Amino acid sequence: MSGNGKTKLVLGYGTCGIAAGAAAVKEALENELATGEHDAYLDIAGCMGVCFREPVVEVTGPDGLAIVYGDLTAKRVPQLLEAVAAGEVIEDWVVLRSDDSEAAEGDFLSNQHRIVLRNCGNINPESIEEYISTGGYEAARKALTSMSPEDTIDEVGKSGIRGRGGAGFPTGTKWGFARKARGDQKYLVCNADEGDPGAFMDRSVLEGDPHAVIEGMIIAGYAIGATQAYIYCRAEYPLALTRLDIALAACREWGYLGKGIFGTDWDFDIKIKKGAGAFVCGEETALIASIEGKRGMPRPRPPFPANEGLWGKPTNINNVETLAAIPWIIANGGDRYASVGTEKSKGTKVFCLAGKVRRSGLAEVPMGYTLRQVIFDVGGGVQAGKKFKAVQMGGPSGGCLPASLLDTLVDYDAITATGAIMGSGGMIVADSSTCMVDLARYFLSFTQEESCGKCVPCRIGTKRMLEILARICGGEGEQEDLESLDVLAADIKAGSLCALGGTAPNPVLTTMKYFRNEYEDHILAKKCTAGVCPALITLRIKEDICTGCGACAKICPVEAISGEKKEPHSIDADTCIRCKLCLSRCPEDAIYAE
Amino acid sequence: MNDAGCECSKRFADPDNLAPLEVILERYSEEKGALIPLLQDAQEAYGYLDEKVMRALAKGAGYQLSQVYGVATFYTQFRLEPIGEHLIRVCHGTACHVAGAELISEEISNLLGVRNGQTTPDMKFTVESVMCVGACSLSPIMIVDSDTHGKLKPANIRKVLKKYRGDGGETEE
Repeated sequence: MSGNGKTKLVLGYGTCGIAAGAAAVKEALENELATGEHDAYLDIAGCMGVCFREPVVEVTGPDGLAIVYGDLTAKRVPQLLEAVAAGEVIEDWVVLRSDDSEAAEGDFLSNQHRIVLRNCGNINPESIEEYISTGGYEAARKALTSMSPEDTIDEVGKSGIRGRGGAGFPTGTKWGFARKARGDQKYLVCNADEGDPGAFMDRSVLEGDPHAVIEGMIIAGYAIGATQAYIYCRAEYPLALTRLDIALAACREWGYLGKGIFGTDWDFDIKIKKGAGAFVCGEETALIASIEGKRGMPRPRPPFPANEGLWGKPTNINNVETLAAIPWIIANGGDRYASVGTEKSKGTKVFCLAGKVRRSGLAEVPMGYTLRQVIFDVGGGVQAGKKFKAVQMGGPSGGCLPASLLDTLVDYDAITATGAIMGSGGMIVADSSTCMVDLARYFLSFTQEESCGKCVPCRIGTKRMLEILARICGGEGEQEDLESLDVLAADIKAGSLCALGGTAPNPVLTTMKYFRNEYEDHILAKKCTAGVCPALITLRIKEDICTGCGACAKICPVEAISGEKKEPHSIDADTCIRCKLCLSRCPEDAIYAE
Repeated sequence: MNDAGCECSKRFADPDNLAPLEVILERYSEEKGALIPLLQDAQEAYGYLDEKVMRALAKGAGYQLSQVYGVATFYTQFRLEPIGEHLIRVCHGTACHVAGAELISEEISNLLGVRNGQTTPDMKFTVESVMCVGACSLSPIMIVDSDTHGKLKPANIRKVLKKYRGDGGETEE
């Protein structure tokens, strides 16, 4: 990795790293290195996945030993460089080390199986040379120069890979449909409209390894016979868009995009389309409408996009993660990919671990792992002091699974059987401080807002469901409400054209199924045991802990808190609006909700 | 005209001045179905989509005004009202929700006196709620202009906003 006897410093420079302060660290590193006193040079990379320790920098010495340091700040840079120069290790900051896979957070990586994320965090995403040095674009060359389109589709079919956007349709079969469709012009679309709240896999791949996606697109385009492709990417991902722009320009320069690519007579080019913020545009037909410049509303299928898609022409749409796996499959063979995973779910899946998990970040695991392995072995379990309550999978279309289902396999069919879905890969861990009724209400308010309004059951049904949930959270729920929710859920599922409506009730149905006691607590006992729903809690101050600092009284917007200085304070329950600002302000954790 | 003219005129074009729109229309004159990028670029130039701009855009690019308005109101990115000097976007993605994004929004509205989608009367801040910016490990998050502030607590919002109040003359307390 390191050349010319110098130490190589690689700074994690994805959105998550920058948000955590990587820009200041970069500036500090550049300033220090500019003095010329250090025998080291700096490079950037995308997200390594260890978001919970960002900003991170990987230090690779001339001996090849690589150590990843985390929690960096600009202030810590001089100390880090001093240690590097002296050949010392600052143990407290170590996240990973190449000579000891179990050191520090080592099991976060050693429990993963990285195919899609093979380069993320390892190469500079703005350098096509670095991608090529890892064998990049050899798979595209192999397909275009030594395989027929049919062979290419067969190889992808053999791998067993299924669409990673959530639906899980076999990719090889999908390509076959588009290949066979008749048309003078065909299109390929990369769906990078990652709208699920709590999911950032696609963003990380686009920021960390954009060339893998582009190479996957070249192979897909060749296989189905498309000469023009689009990447439909959220405008909310400015860094991903910038890196794609850089990568596309480099590809044109190197002759990997444009006329007669790889020395063949095949023309292929890619255009970026910026999404404008509509969750429903993740749905294929809505996405097509959006590229055409219309309101992103789904239409009935058939005709399927494979026959009549963009501008009425045969169109194949694949997700970012699917496309990023394609070059690996072509280079290593479909059989090798299929050797990982379960009988019907092959390969690996990237998950975004977030919420109350100790190591939040990006993890790629083989299909067939249990949820427990993902959350506890890779994710390090629940944050200190709390107990695991549920894992939410698949975002607003998915469901919440309880501890008793932690041994469910990461497998499309096994997860669907629980009522949740594999989804695109968001995995939000909830602990005892999360109210499941509130979480269901949260997801429904999202889908209700994002419903395009075309189908009545989705447009009005989700609204009615949301009203009922708001009533339950507000302490005015009745036993019959649960039955009404069931009826509405069934109607919305049956009567909606697209997956947004078809799956919108899932968060409610799974929470009602696995956490029914919480609904009953809200309705019958008028209690929110997690202490979340404002109407059902009372805020109190523990007199023996309160130091009388007055911070709570100062932040209270309704002056409900009073007390003498340095004496325990108290909250007037009648005035209190239960906004909980005091609870988060208290330095002693003396305020609690019950 | 006035030396003391408002700051916003420097950042964004005036909707009465259609010259920037002409440039944008020219940019996409050859592209099929370019209504969304047209609106995106227009919003970037004007800060929001004024009725005058939408009318001129419809005429210039050959759309019905209803088509333009339909698209502008369908996608959350588009704004029909001018925004303040600083845009505060509070993330309400799942991870942020679980981590207490509601409290962050609550404290912002306490401090600024405006709720989601509104702009302070002095045109300093516009507050928006957004769905997942994809930096979940830093939840709860808010983005002010292009700076991300993560692992927020309601108690430090005041300090963060102070930085953006500018000349210092208007800071409270």
